[in-house]
Amino acid sequence: MLAMKRTAPHILPGFSLSLGITLLFLCLIVLLPISGLLWQLGQLGPGDFIRVMGSERVLAALRVTFTAAAAATLVNGVFGLLLAWVLTRYRFPGRNVLDALVDLPFALPTAVAGIALVALYDRSGWVGSLLDSVGIQVAYTWWGIVIAMIFTSIPFAVRAIQPAIEELDPDEEAAALTLGANSWQRFRHVILRPLMPSILTGVGLSFVRSLGEFGAVIFIAGNLPYKTEIASLLILIRLDEFDYPAAAAIAGTLLGVSLLLLVAINVAQTRLQSYLRTGG
Amino acid sequence: MARKLLILLAALFLGIVVVLPVIAIFHRAFAEGWGTYVASITDPETVSAMRLTVIATLFVLPVNLVFGVAAAWLIARYRFFGRRALLVLIELPFAVSPIVAGLCFLLIYGAYGPVGAALEGWNIQLMFNLTGIVLVSLFVTCPFVMREVLPVLMVSGEDEEKAALTLGASGWSIFRHVVLPNISWGLAYGTVLTMARAMGEFGAVSVVSGAIRGETMTLPLQIELLYNDYNATGAFAAATVLAGLALVTLALRGVLDRFGPKRRAHT
Amino acid sequence: MSFEAHDIHKSYEGTEVLKGVSLSVGKGEFIALLGPSGSGKTTLLNIIAGLAHADRGRLEFDGEDITRLPSGARHFGMVFQNYALFRHLTVAQNVGFGLKVMKNGPGRAEIARRVEELLEMIELPGLAHRYPAQLSGGQRQRVAMARALAIRPRLLLMDEPFSALDAQVRVSLRSSVRDLQRKAGVGAIMVTHDQSEARALADRIAVMDHGRIVKFDTPEAIGDQPLGEPAVAGS
Repeated sequence: MLAMKRTAPHILPGFSLSLGITLLFLCLIVLLPISGLLWQLGQLGPGDFIRVMGSERVLAALRVTFTAAAAATLVNGVFGLLLAWVLTRYRFPGRNVLDALVDLPFALPTAVAGIALVALYDRSGWVGSLLDSVGIQVAYTWWGIVIAMIFTSIPFAVRAIQPAIEELDPDEEAAALTLGANSWQRFRHVILRPLMPSILTGVGLSFVRSLGEFGAVIFIAGNLPYKTEIASLLILIRLDEFDYPAAAAIAGTLLGVSLLLLVAINVAQTRLQSYLRTGG
Repeated sequence: MARKLLILLAALFLGIVVVLPVIAIFHRAFAEGWGTYVASITDPETVSAMRLTVIATLFVLPVNLVFGVAAAWLIARYRFFGRRALLVLIELPFAVSPIVAGLCFLLIYGAYGPVGAALEGWNIQLMFNLTGIVLVSLFVTCPFVMREVLPVLMVSGEDEEKAALTLGASGWSIFRHVVLPNISWGLAYGTVLTMARAMGEFGAVSVVSGAIRGETMTLPLQIELLYNDYNATGAFAAATVLAGLALVTLALRGVLDRFGPKRRAHT
Repeated sequence: MSFEAHDIHKSYEGTEVLKGVSLSVGKGEFIALLGPSGSGKTTLLNIIAGLAHADRGRLEFDGEDITRLPSGARHFGMVFQNYALFRHLTVAQNVGFGLKVMKNGPGRAEIARRVEELLEMIELPGLAHRYPAQLSGGQRQRVAMARALAIRPRLLLMDEPFSALDAQVRVSLRSSVRDLQRKAGVGAIMVTHDQSEARALADRIAVMDHGRIVKFDTPEAIGDQPLGEPAVAGS
């Protein structure tokens, strides 16, 4: 069990009670359901797993999901840094509003975001009609998926980078300036380098979030098998067909990749930080 | 010069990517006039979806509050084996995508799952009803209260609690008179976040609700249904309710940030 | 009528911070625990207060074994280094807290009366409805004293009660602390790293170093000789 019997009794009251409540909740709400997925995966032999995951449609869905998430993450990396920089470093009228608006995608239910994006980007929408006149179609294409993923994951990038910018030492920038560094060198060495760990975190979180995004994406995606069908939707389709093993296999893959990425981010961040401290 | 350009670029990006879609919701909802909007929003099915959403949230909130406070207290105040693992476990739901989360619940608590099958024998069904909706909502909102209360407890330290202890206060008195007032802002904040997320959850709920018209439709599900029924105005009208809620959440956050005690930067 | 600690041992993560400490406090006696930081004096005070458990050793009050007694049941008043006032309660509520949470404690009117009396005693009667954040450091310190004395403790414990104050206030508050303790007729243990403070206040000084009490005597008997390790000479 979690509690150690050997240590002295805790001075502040409530240890057993809070431990009991926490464990009960986590078992019923987190551990048991996750083990349900593992149990279903266990039922599935490796052969079945490969058969499910190797199917053309699943591979296509994974390709769509991962490439769109990567594209969205790239955009979020650049604009996340820009937004974080502007919000932390500059004082201007409307800054507070801008800062609050960053969290809007986080607060807005994903289904609402989904139909909102369609309303904006389909051929009759404000942006969609503009793009249509130059022959670009966003809604119901891979690009639509990217737009939806950018929308839902931008707060993760901004909020991860912001505190690191606050901690940057403005004196170092000034020092670089007096040493005659040009602005690109200054940006690369004095700003980008120390920010790298937090950019990595922001970008990683944004990617993980994009991989699993469902509500915002399905309305704008078009959901054509092999073309604009994301992995989450395919899980739902397999579920509706009562093909639980297939659903579990795709879900397990998605979950596994997400967890691996999060662990990798954590490890990389620690390494990077200690590297910057010693080598920097 | 560069400064102005960067600010402009940031505002433009946020405006197009984030703000414009929300404006589009309201634009579409009112496109056919105020009368149609009111009719859509008072549609019996939409109203019953709102009612179910509120009821589910009312179940989720107290459970999550109790859990969040207990977990934050446990992690802030005691050192024990497995403490870090516990923290990771509480944060885990953040890493699980909504559809996968819903599927997990279905696989264990559904009729074919080990726990669900056992409960079936006693005629207890957990999935495709309110219970299922509440359970997955608890999952997706799991860390929200804990995350807000934990830093407050860490910052406020345990001296006041120890002082109360030397004065002879019982555990409950300490909680009621010392801990609760100290964490009240964090609690308020966690409550707002939990509420917003519980009301708006779509993916996980759509897996376990069963989506029975007028019965297990929450508001986000109802929006999808209306939209797929080519009742776009109805969908956007219903969406304004949730979008309004999101805006209120943000406004509350602003208020708490300004008037509440200083918190560390949130994530 | 006295408090005694016998052969107290305590280790944290393999480091022994108390190596068999014994101490006694007579009725109304004022003891100073003097030593450099890391000498174990605060740990000893926490063990006496019931805020930490000794690995070995015994605590007694009037012959009764209180080693395992929970903190609240010991009836010791404690003044914390940073006072630990309840920031969401007013001065009056802070002082009355111990009475309010007492089982079969006094009624509302009686609490109000006692709080008023204590506020008179610490000469802050007008500040009853202020919050701790609105008080000066010296005022907070006196409120913390009043809060500890409100429960009519059997022993008063103070952890560096003057360390958060500036030099001027520090000296002027010394006599007031000693006065309050005398009026309450209660034994006291004060942790300090300041020699002059210990000499000015204490009936007996226990000099601590590296987890042991190396001297335990009256200020006169200890005299002007340097106390223990050179580290004590600081501040």
